Amino acid sequence: MDLLGFARGPALKVALAVFCLGVVWRIVGFALLRIRGDLSVPRASIFKFMTGGFITIGSRSWPHREFIARTGPGEALGYSYHIGLFAVVLLFTPHIIFLGSLFGITWPGLPSSLITMISVLTMTLFVAVLFRRVTNPVMRMLSNFDDYFSWFITMLVLVTGLAATAHLGAPYQTLLGLHILSVDGLLIWFPFGKLMHAFYIFPSRGINGAILARKGATS
Amino acid sequence: MSDTVGTLPANLAPAEARTPEARVAGAMKGFAQEIGALSAFRLESCIHCGICADACHFYIATEDPQYTPIWKVEPFKQAYKREASPFAPLFRLLGLKREVTADQLEHWQHLLFDSCNMCGRCSLICPMGIDVASLIEQARHAMFDAGLAPKELYQKAAHQRDTGQPEASTEPYRDQLLAIGARFKVNIPLDEPEADIMLCVPRTDIEHYPSAVAALARVMQHLGVSCTFRSDALVAENYGYYAGGKTWQRDISGRLIEQAVACKAKTLLVPECGHAYSALRWEEADLYGKPLPFKVRHVTEFLVDELEAGRLKLTRAAAGKATFQDPCELVRKGGVKDAPRTLMKAMGIELNELEDHGGFAFCCGGGGGVVDIERAAPLRYRAMEIKLREIDHTGAETFLTSCSDCRRTFDDAKTHFGWKNTPHSLLELVANNLTGAGSRT
Repeated sequence: MDLLGFARGPALKVALAVFCLGVVWRIVGFALLRIRGDLSVPRASIFKFMTGGFITIGSRSWPHREFIARTGPGEALGYSYHIGLFAVVLLFTPHIIFLGSLFGITWPGLPSSLITMISVLTMTLFVAVLFRRVTNPVMRMLSNFDDYFSWFITMLVLVTGLAATAHLGAPYQTLLGLHILSVDGLLIWFPFGKLMHAFYIFPSRGINGAILARKGATS
Repeated sequence: MSDTVGTLPANLAPAEARTPEARVAGAMKGFAQEIGALSAFRLESCIHCGICADACHFYIATEDPQYTPIWKVEPFKQAYKREASPFAPLFRLLGLKREVTADQLEHWQHLLFDSCNMCGRCSLICPMGIDVASLIEQARHAMFDAGLAPKELYQKAAHQRDTGQPEASTEPYRDQLLAIGARFKVNIPLDEPEADIMLCVPRTDIEHYPSAVAALARVMQHLGVSCTFRSDALVAENYGYYAGGKTWQRDISGRLIEQAVACKAKTLLVPECGHAYSALRWEEADLYGKPLPFKVRHVTEFLVDELEAGRLKLTRAAAGKATFQDPCELVRKGGVKDAPRTLMKAMGIELNELEDHGGFAFCCGGGGGVVDIERAAPLRYRAMEIKLREIDHTGAETFLTSCSDCRRTFDDAKTHFGWKNTPHSLLELVANNLTGAGSRT
């Protein structure tokens, strides 16, 4: 079995299994902890605090006016590379074909040249994000192995993907094999580190927003 | 101090001396009791973006990264990952998370108590929606169980639990309350066997602002409502809440509950005290173990009810241009944002809002018990300069608030900085502008 066959055969199967089981366990593992009720009398109706939760899911996507001067640039950087990642993962035609083989649905993609440009831009933003993490005293203090390894494995996927698309440095089959192997690595790492925020972000905003809305508090 | 109990860190009550091992064990036990699915979810969700620092006045004032709000719970995040998270065995096996040490906890005393007002501003900035302030409150509980509550808070909480008063006074508060009634010529309803409303009072008002106590009594007298103070539960503040002693918090609030039940009160009226409102309105039922058998209302909420029912009528206040300090526990965390503004509007006050107001207001710097911690004063003064600048910037002639701890903190700033503004009580302004039947005016 060659590298490509291994990467998209047994390695991918193992990676997907680890990903699925790991994600489920990571969520079930804490969700099974005790859930406390709140015996205080709510200020708002159930409808209002549910609505508050949904509103917070949206409203936390961008800083409140009071914070924007301090956090706007950093958040813009963060959202920009996320948008770039989504575009590359979901709108590159070979990815759409691959995802279609898994889920049975496909959608129109963007031209390869545009995806290449987005990839380069995303990688540039990724470097900027790393630079910010190591130079910003707060982020540097908070960062640990998880932050750097999650950055590394995601960047590796981007680099190998771009190399495969541009046929840089090795035969295409090898480059594609390396790219898929890096994706396998990302899938395996995903449940163990901060990449899990992809699953947490909306429930976290929604639940905390609903709790604050229940009190009529600012969210 | 003997070697067996280790060296007592600088800011601990002697009763809190214990071995490093016992300290860590206490913290971990307290932490284990606190951790539930919601707290775990919050700890899981942090992406280390550090944005919460940009909401915290301690960080903004100093640019010192250790004041990043989520960093203040780092030992407990570490303990969660190592001991309770879904992959805890992996973290232990690979040594990715070290055990929390007594030294670490002792250092964190400064971060969790001296440099955090539990004001909750950080909870509004997190892109993941994490309520960081709730995590900090839980971390304080664990610190209390580790014997690491600052001595000022510990001693006041212990005294309040045992006697009902956070500190000994030359005269019991009951007598001081009656003396205030006599001095301000207002009836103090005390120890009525039955009443619709039970009143309590910030001890800060008894000791520093007796006119605010008189204002409360005067408004109630004017409205002619059935109400009473109770000698056995006069104090609104809860130092157990500040110190992180959950059972002490329950016991202290328990006095108020017991007395409210004894006099068959339908409402427990919380005076101008932000954290007392938060503790009683939002936390007490859980500590009590069942819904409270009466309503908990802040005095401004109650007055707006009376205003809207047409029972409270107010004249135009001669306040000129005014600004208002939103008490964090009342407004941001408590949800009472509109009531103070409705009262000001009813008195025809031209309100010049602070640049950061309502739910986004900066804390006065004294909340969370910080104003009581002596060694925290220099840092507190640096943090509160942000607030003082905002107040000055409004050019307001009258500066109002609805929390006696905020008021005390700003009065302290007058002394420390030679600041020219004077904080006034919104309730006192209401009491001075009563009109209609029964009014003294």
